[in-house]
Amino acid sequence: MSLDPATVRRIARLARIGIDESDLHALQGELNGILGWIEQLNEVDIDGVEPMVGTGHAALRMRDDVVTDGDARDAVLSNAPDAAGPFYTVPKVVE
Amino acid sequence: MSYVIEGRTGPWELVVGLEVHAQVISQSKLFSGASASYGGEPNTHVSLVDAGFPGMLPVINRECVAQAVRTGLGLKARINLESRFDRKNYFYADLPTGYQISQFTHPIVGEGAVEIELADGSIRTIGITRLHLEQDAGKSMHDQDPTRSFIDLNRAGVALMEIVSEPDIRTPEEAGAYLRKLRMILRYLGTCDGNMEEGSMRADVNVSVRKAGEPFRTRCEIKNVNSIRYVMQAIEIEAARQVEIWEGGGSVDQETRLFDPARGETRSLRSKEDAHDYRYFPDPDLLPLVVEEAWVESLGAVLPELPDAKRQRFQSEYGIPRYDAGVLVAEQATADFYETVARGRDPRLAANWVIGDFFGALNRTGRTIQDSPITAEGLGGMLDLITDGTINGKIAKDVFEDMLETGESAAAVVERRGLRQVTDTGAIDAAVQAVLDANQDKLAEYRSGKDKLFGFFVGQVMKAMAGKGNPALVNAALKKVL
Repeated sequence: MSLDPATVRRIARLARIGIDESDLHALQGELNGILGWIEQLNEVDIDGVEPMVGTGHAALRMRDDVVTDGDARDAVLSNAPDAAGPFYTVPKVVE
Repeated sequence: MSYVIEGRTGPWELVVGLEVHAQVISQSKLFSGASASYGGEPNTHVSLVDAGFPGMLPVINRECVAQAVRTGLGLKARINLESRFDRKNYFYADLPTGYQISQFTHPIVGEGAVEIELADGSIRTIGITRLHLEQDAGKSMHDQDPTRSFIDLNRAGVALMEIVSEPDIRTPEEAGAYLRKLRMILRYLGTCDGNMEEGSMRADVNVSVRKAGEPFRTRCEIKNVNSIRYVMQAIEIEAARQVEIWEGGGSVDQETRLFDPARGETRSLRSKEDAHDYRYFPDPDLLPLVVEEAWVESLGAVLPELPDAKRQRFQSEYGIPRYDAGVLVAEQATADFYETVARGRDPRLAANWVIGDFFGALNRTGRTIQDSPITAEGLGGMLDLITDGTINGKIAKDVFEDMLETGESAAAVVERRGLRQVTDTGAIDAAVQAVLDANQDKLAEYRSGKDKLFGFFVGQVMKAMAGKGNPALVNAALKKVL
């Protein structure tokens, strides 16, 4: 698999990363390098092997349905660049 | 019942599938211990997991999984003992992590079915494709400030079930019937309160049109419609729009649209071509969700009786018509009320009173079954007085109105107002004679063959006795004399 410049531009837009046209070529090379490295895995024959989703056969641990958290508005808002009263605020987003 | 859109080029068929988001009833959120309850102060039902702080890890709530399994069983669906969680990536201000944890490739519930009944009595089965668990997002408020949107994360991370139907729906009516039935099942199960006004149940509507016998054409998705009536309207309007486009030589673009009930139109919501590129991938924070067969069985063993089964039982156990049984099981509280009234009494009489006078009274007074002044025991007590001949059916209506106003028992009302029915044949005979004396002309007509006047005489006698005559005895007395 190899990415063309249009795809690189699109991935950047989806990730909300602004890139200069002049960087496009270099990024394309880097991304294709990463993909090529990962694609080495395709050389392994996995016919008949169950997908491994974790180490061991661990399954998700579940918790009981009780309220143990919350009521910590100050902590929740502590990193907000801009808060108004009890709310986070962001630049107006209306479609 | 077929529904066609008559275009210039002939009839078009409608194809609809629904995605329903149902908020799971639970104490805490799907992956955090913050409260899932509605209406807290802004940003107080939020843990650092919900706020997307670095390093916070999700831990799944067992009850939310149980609720999804119960719902799956209620939809006669396959339960997948192993399912997985994926990240659905998109940027929006009320989604602090930048992704929603959802189930894309391996949902917890597979194919099922919902049976719906239409106005003409016909029955259709709508297939369920899947049900999966996912997180709700927070809430944005756009009208608080000229330049900023305000964000409340109380709802962020609350568990949702997304229930996806097959594109089996062919008319707006079927869409309405499907949503009502689904909501009924969820409420019976206690897995979602089904309250569309408060947003705890919302529908995305997929609409396309085609000529008879064609494969599916391109569909549009109408997002977040929040009432059953709007779903039905939106389908009609969107279908007409698509027919217009196809017949004008154009083609329908697959896109997300918004229904504007005030203007009676749908319009494009996201024009960006990559709005649907969510770049799903397995959530590396979450191992596969594995549930034991025995656990699923134990949940299934204690499921409440569901509407279809209850309706069938009401028909066979109480001998009431299918329609009446359907009305009575529409809500669990109503069904319970009816059963209390019917137990040990004439079940048909009980059904007529509950559906007719009792529902009528609730509608008229704006009350619900929970705060009704007449309890099931109270109504049952009144039926006992009819059955044992203390009052007749007509007087019962007065007694009922009185009970509604005063909250007294039927026996107390009858005693206070002296409404006990007259079974003294001497008093009845006297009233009959008085009526005949006063209506010699009518009597002559009757004798000359105008049989229909019998009803007139019954009415007059009852009137003379202030409605308290025993109808059977009055009839008998009149027949004898006439």
